[in-house]
Amino acid sequence: MVENRKKGIWKKIVKNRVLLVMLFPALIYTVIFSYIPMTGIVLAFKRYDYGKGIYGSPWCGLHNFQYMIVSDKLWSLTRNTLCYNVVFIILGIVVEVGFAIMLSELSWVTFKKVSQAFMFLPYFISWVVVSTIMLNIFGEYGVLNNVITALGGEPYSVYEHVKTWPIVIVMVKLWKSTGYGSVVYLAAIAGISQEMYEAAKIDGANIWKRIIHITIPCLKPTIFIMGLLAIGNVFRGDFGLFYQLVKNNQRLLEYSDVIDTFVYRTMITTSDFGMSAAAGFYQSVLCFVTICIANRIVKRIDPDYTLF
Amino acid sequence: MKKQKNEIRGKDEIIFSVISTALVAAFAFFCFVPFYLIAVASVTSERAIITQGYRFFVDAGTFSLSGYQTALKDPLEILRAYGVTIFVTFTGTLLALMITTMTGYVLARYDFPWKNGFSFFFFFTTLFNGGLVPWYLLCTQTFKFNNSIRALILPGMFSVWNMIIAKSFIKGIPREMIEAAKVDGAGDFRIYHQVILPMSKPLLATIGLFTALSYWNDWYNCMLFNDNRIYWNLQYTLQNILNSAEQLRRIAEKTGMKVGNLPAESLKMAMTIIATGPIVLLYPTLQKYFVKGLTIGAVKG
Repeated sequence: MVENRKKGIWKKIVKNRVLLVMLFPALIYTVIFSYIPMTGIVLAFKRYDYGKGIYGSPWCGLHNFQYMIVSDKLWSLTRNTLCYNVVFIILGIVVEVGFAIMLSELSWVTFKKVSQAFMFLPYFISWVVVSTIMLNIFGEYGVLNNVITALGGEPYSVYEHVKTWPIVIVMVKLWKSTGYGSVVYLAAIAGISQEMYEAAKIDGANIWKRIIHITIPCLKPTIFIMGLLAIGNVFRGDFGLFYQLVKNNQRLLEYSDVIDTFVYRTMITTSDFGMSAAAGFYQSVLCFVTICIANRIVKRIDPDYTLF
Repeated sequence: MKKQKNEIRGKDEIIFSVISTALVAAFAFFCFVPFYLIAVASVTSERAIITQGYRFFVDAGTFSLSGYQTALKDPLEILRAYGVTIFVTFTGTLLALMITTMTGYVLARYDFPWKNGFSFFFFFTTLFNGGLVPWYLLCTQTFKFNNSIRALILPGMFSVWNMIIAKSFIKGIPREMIEAAKVDGAGDFRIYHQVILPMSKPLLATIGLFTALSYWNDWYNCMLFNDNRIYWNLQYTLQNILNSAEQLRRIAEKTGMKVGNLPAESLKMAMTIIATGPIVLLYPTLQKYFVKGLTIGAVKG
């Protein structure tokens, strides 16, 4: 019996040998760049020693977490990451769905195409270029102050006002991702049958009612999936956004430091690999737990939309 | 949504269309204007920028090409950065396409016995990961990524999300195609490259474009691994001109100017135009593929 099964597996392997070989590169890649680093997570509980490597370094218990917890750093990082992402998700969905609906109702085709192309443009550029744009608008010689002074106001520097940064960051994020994000919803709207709208129109529903009672309910599944995907990453900050906007401006860190930037800074500038790994470990666990919870909730509401 | 021209529009529709046209126009304007401002700033003289700030328009009095002249004083550096970016984008995209579609194909094969197991093996890495530090240490200590081209290519070469998109696209190809090819005696690899690939052109275009864009715009891997400027790509070179006084000092030395006389602001803007130019020029052509691609990507994995 056992021998038969063994033979069976062997037979299967031989039969699928070409497919297995084709799978091999991705398999090796994933083992090397994902699974091996996963085991390296033990570094969070070790004192890193260059000579001995991750696995040979001595254990140090929860020492790496101590500073972050005592100094409240972990809390402020978590708060920043979570709050920014929640705002990004909610505002993002509202703005993207809003623009998708507006674009879909536009009857002037050329205008629609041109404006859509412009809206998509920010997605194409790197965060480095976004930081040039910041310089151009908010910097020392920025356009913003030109406009303010031309209107008779006092020059205003966002770099001096720490508290305006959350607004700046949210605006830049929406600016960069709305055009891209709305395409998904636009495609979903294109899939809604026209008959429903026509029937509603005959029944006397005006455009607002049609949007609220037809378009939005039909978009629900898409919103659901996009939301779920985003919630899974709610503890993962957009490194490019925060790093390129804030740079090494220490004064702004209170309102703009997220887990990802902290992990990077601790690793590169202070070379504290242990503490950096500890923050990374904390983030990975949080992410894993949130995505599992989100998935479970979705499963209860509507099993069709679960991720796994 | 196509509407017939002779359709009678109610008051509500007119109000809605006025509001949405205005909002869409405003947002599109704000998306475009920063690029215009940078272009203007790149041809404005340094004096005008220092005394009057960045401007909305350029006229004969403030026009100057000194930003570009300074940036191109040492063309070798920019050409090399272009070379690195183009090589990495090209090679990386090609490798990524191969490995992604191959994996997607195997996992989409209805008769591959371990497809669920392997699918989960890949998918799990999107749920949990070891974080930056172990990965960074592995890349630098074990694989010696520092100052190399592979440091720019390998990290973005295989994305599980792209693989899932590939898998669900290939799953949509009728099973009979594969079966017919099998009957004709084609092997598994031959089916992949003579049946599946030719039918997956939209998929290849989509994944190819998104991967190429992320290679072109990469500065992160360069920042992590390469401190030797021979291996710098365009975006990282730009980042250095924007942020480091050290970089400006170097340019000043090479051009024989004093740091104080360097047109630093217009140089930054000119360099931004040089680094983004090609992508913005290609943009009108590429944009429609991206839009199409996004709808391919909207298939659930």
